[in-house]
Amino acid sequence: MSGEAIVFYLLAAVTLASGVIVVTSENIVHSAAALVPSFLGVTGLYILLNAEFVAGIQVLIYAGAITVLILFAIMLTEGGTGFGTRQRNEQAAVGAAVAAAMAVLLIVIATRTGWTAGSGTLPLYTPGVIGQSFLRQNILVFEGTSVVLLISLMGAILIARRED
Amino acid sequence: MDWIRDILRAVVGTIIIFSAVAFIAVMFGVLLERKVSAWMQSRLGPKHVGPQGLLQTVADTIKLLQKENIVPTRADPIIFASAVIIVPLAALLDYVVIPFGTTRSGPLIFRDLNIGVLYFAATSSLVVIGILMAGWGSNNKYALLGGLRSAAQMVTYEIPIGLVLVTVALMAGSLSTVTIVNGQARLWYIVAQPVAFLVFLIAATAEVNRAPFDLVEAESELVAGYFSEYSGMRFALFQLGEYGEMFALAAMAVTLFLGGWHGPVLPPVLWFVIKLYALIFVFMWVRWTYPRIRIDQMLNFSWKVLIPVSVLNLIVTAFFVVMAHR
Amino acid sequence: MLLDWGYVAIFALVGAAMVALPLLIIWLISPRSDYPQKFETYESGVPTIGEAWSQFHVRYYLFSLVFVVFDVEIIYLYPWAVVARSLGAIAFWEMLVFLTILVLGLAYAWRRGALEWT
Repeated sequence: MSGEAIVFYLLAAVTLASGVIVVTSENIVHSAAALVPSFLGVTGLYILLNAEFVAGIQVLIYAGAITVLILFAIMLTEGGTGFGTRQRNEQAAVGAAVAAAMAVLLIVIATRTGWTAGSGTLPLYTPGVIGQSFLRQNILVFEGTSVVLLISLMGAILIARRED
Repeated sequence: MDWIRDILRAVVGTIIIFSAVAFIAVMFGVLLERKVSAWMQSRLGPKHVGPQGLLQTVADTIKLLQKENIVPTRADPIIFASAVIIVPLAALLDYVVIPFGTTRSGPLIFRDLNIGVLYFAATSSLVVIGILMAGWGSNNKYALLGGLRSAAQMVTYEIPIGLVLVTVALMAGSLSTVTIVNGQARLWYIVAQPVAFLVFLIAATAEVNRAPFDLVEAESELVAGYFSEYSGMRFALFQLGEYGEMFALAAMAVTLFLGGWHGPVLPPVLWFVIKLYALIFVFMWVRWTYPRIRIDQMLNFSWKVLIPVSVLNLIVTAFFVVMAHR
Repeated sequence: MLLDWGYVAIFALVGAAMVALPLLIIWLISPRSDYPQKFETYESGVPTIGEAWSQFHVRYYLFSLVFVVFDVEIIYLYPWAVVARSLGAIAFWEMLVFLTILVLGLAYAWRRGALEWT
């Protein structure tokens, strides 16, 4: 097993384990805090794919901003005391069966498809390359993103300050 | 076995950087703070321990190591404990991309990452999570309020820092710190970007919760803010995180604006250290000169003054860099 | 390039170990004397009143919300900063449009009072 494969399995294990904690923990603040290792695991996976700019963004936005946002949101609610959130209800067995079926389906699809292996090395996604693509081929998407950000900001403020 | 030698080099480099930060930056920095404040208040600082009080912080650290390990019963043990690790670790991770000078074979930097400046912004934002967890995990009203306010403050001041980093990256044409320093071989960016420098200094002071922006941890306001319930060595580790972050931001300011290690005659590392401590002195000077600012004034200042100013600065810089470059 | 990040990973692991080292030391050598009053939460020396973990004001959430949007905007500025010089005037006008739209967002937040502390 090459070093890269070992690192991949390690990162995948960290991401999945913290994901399990997020979903099953009874303390909602623990769930939110467990998001951080899972985000950092995904960061590692991005780095393995040569996408270091995206990895930097992942840490900056997800681990840095979104976790803070989620923690603030949790602390605003009753659940901010951290205790007593029910993570399982009466339909847990049905849910587990559906999830298992879905997992089997995905694994069968992934292993049965004949993925053609690409040749050569992964392209480098440096900031320069990404910038070139933003400002040349994907300029409309780029400007459209700013409109999306504006709308989401306005919408969120509208909802949050509705009491005025 | 090439990779073993690489790993060994990395480990040794980490230990050196960590020790340098812990001793030269933090321990010496705390002592420097006390001496500088004493000088500005016309009194003498610590003088007894070691020659001229130089071993004072060492003595303090040894004392703190022997303190009892108190975890309040109502605190959340996991989050309480992980916050202590996250804050200093995130502050320490900043140092990977800071170029300390040059050696014969290239720049003296732990790793010159392609996304250097973005990496720095990312690790700075990790500190906020540690602070939130410390505040919440203590289950103490003062700590929680301090943690929330501190997080809100740090988060608002990260945007001007990000905008300034983008402006300097624009001037240098790269996100790599070594490229940015090399781009200042003829003219330091502080001359070309005085506004950005000022914005960065102000935002950096607010980012590390220093006066005049230290409402969140002032003794008369919130006991000690988010680390009220931490005693002994845990408290020292939070101080390590705070002072480490301050030194990292000052080092980044030297890299971005003051030409990094460039300078005549003296060896590059020495120039870096001189410029770094000059900025640290400015930080301390500001702390002991200005009164504390209220939290709403502080946040208003970031959103309504610093961010519009930095955006305007960015647009003007872009105009000159792009248009004048035809 | 992958090697770069290997170094960073080692830095993070060794750094975490070194940060945990003082904690290990105190666990080994610090004295213990347990009595219940010592472990009570600090509230200026009086018994605590009410829970610390209570509901908080919405303004914290609004600040982090606006922060997320502006952080994403800055993310888009980083690659632009790297290539703007080589792409010329078109890069400037595109970024001007981008920034104007987001400054509009800031102005909206300002007007709606999302940036107020009270």
